[in-house]
Amino acid sequence: MAILMNLINGISLGSVYAIIALGYTMVYGIAKMLNFAHGDVIMVGGYMAFCSMTYLNWGPVPAVLLAIAVCTVLGIVVERLAYKPLRQAPSLAVLITAIGVSYFLQNAALLIWGSDPKVFTSVIHIPSQRLFDGQLIITGTAVATVLSCVVIMIALSLFTGKTKMGKAMRAVSEDKGAAQLMGINVNFTISMTFAIGSGLAAIAGVLLCSAYPTLMPTTGSMPGIKAFTAAVFGGIGSIPGAMIGGILLGIIEIFGKAYISTQLSDAIVFAVLIVVLLVKPTGLLGKQIREKV
Amino acid sequence: MGEPILKVDDINVWYGSIHAIKGISFEVYEDEIVTLIGANGAGKSTTLNTISGLLHSKTGSISFMGKNLAKIAPHKIVDEGLAQVPEGRRVFLQMSVAENLEMGAFTAPSSGIAADLEKVYSLFPRLKERRRQVAGTLSGGEQQMLAMGRALMSHPKLLMLDEPSMGLAPILVEQIFEIIGNLHKAGSTILLVEQNAQMALSIADRGYVLETGKIVHSGSGSELLASPEIKRAYLGG
Repeated sequence: MAILMNLINGISLGSVYAIIALGYTMVYGIAKMLNFAHGDVIMVGGYMAFCSMTYLNWGPVPAVLLAIAVCTVLGIVVERLAYKPLRQAPSLAVLITAIGVSYFLQNAALLIWGSDPKVFTSVIHIPSQRLFDGQLIITGTAVATVLSCVVIMIALSLFTGKTKMGKAMRAVSEDKGAAQLMGINVNFTISMTFAIGSGLAAIAGVLLCSAYPTLMPTTGSMPGIKAFTAAVFGGIGSIPGAMIGGILLGIIEIFGKAYISTQLSDAIVFAVLIVVLLVKPTGLLGKQIREKV
Repeated sequence: MGEPILKVDDINVWYGSIHAIKGISFEVYEDEIVTLIGANGAGKSTTLNTISGLLHSKTGSISFMGKNLAKIAPHKIVDEGLAQVPEGRRVFLQMSVAENLEMGAFTAPSSGIAADLEKVYSLFPRLKERRRQVAGTLSGGEQQMLAMGRALMSHPKLLMLDEPSMGLAPILVEQIFEIIGNLHKAGSTILLVEQNAQMALSIADRGYVLETGKIVHSGSGSELLASPEIKRAYLGG
């Protein structure tokens, strides 16, 4: 029963990683950049939900919507101000800028909200499910997290597979020049990708803070790095890869904590990543593109 | 002949410090096939990419149907009726054949897409057979057809083809040129960039010869084919 319990916790944590990893992987796929500020957008989402519930007494639904709206705009603004001017710059310059944006967001949060941790009230009001005479408890947060993850995955698959904008995103991610020759507005498409990724980060932030209710300016960093790992694990650029990578990472982390060592759980996570990359450098679902001449 | 539909006037294009296009001017009139020939690095693709708005000229102007293209956002140029089949085809390898064609119709109203798809499929029956396959699984010749079909989806008034024969077996080259000829007969105006000067000049109304960023010869297709200088330099004779 304990194994089942851990598995459920792992899937739940992994679902949060997966939602964050989607943002990393979509942005990487389309802009070929690692947006290391992505984790901090999670934190901003958390603070937005926290402030609207604590200071404005909003209910959970409007609070989550506000968090999504603010993060979506934040994603677009950061891309426009920090990354767009570097579209032609070497990737190292973009990477360092992203790290700079990450510190900027953390320090801005430090200025606004201070360094003392805030206690986040869960936005999820689903009662815990007790199964097998109370031997197996599934928290409402876990249920909501996994459900959100599934809904997001289905919605994104439909979006990229069926809609014109979604297909344009795939076209831009493959070949910006050719996409522009089709009349696709590449800059707008990149903006949209940042918007979607950041909106998802807000959802991840709220879910994360509901499960682990301490909110600090650095709250987003570690989940951000883990989700990045998950995206690479699953094959960066691949949407299903991010989902699978995230969930596997969550399971590995929880099992590592439960059965091996609490202190070493992060080390185990990264060790698994290294092994996977040694065996399959493109990640689990990474695409190896062969040019046909 | 009236006004040209495309008028390129004294364009200069740089890649960083490399002066790739040095004051090129030429025209394309309605219903013509015009070819730009020249060796690798002569500036043929650069010229097309400048017309398509992927690159920018520091001088001169490019006008298409009387409009100055420099004033139009690059992604809106397709809307003006200008489509390019890029060098190396550049189809979206991870997208299906049908999706590639839909991308070609990105700026077109969605109501006409189904009919346009059928038109392209009747022109290239192979694409219809393979419409659900991802483009990466197509052969080189099929990818070239897909790239051409994709460009046609936007109903271009001028179709620009960049080295459609590149990397194809001779039999496929003939087939591709036959298709270009048919498109022309069906009323398309075509600007054709080629290294295969023999093939290009034999179907072109007029041609321009590019050498290191400059136009060094121009004339009708048959004149250029007959010119001893061009024979020596480009036709291996």
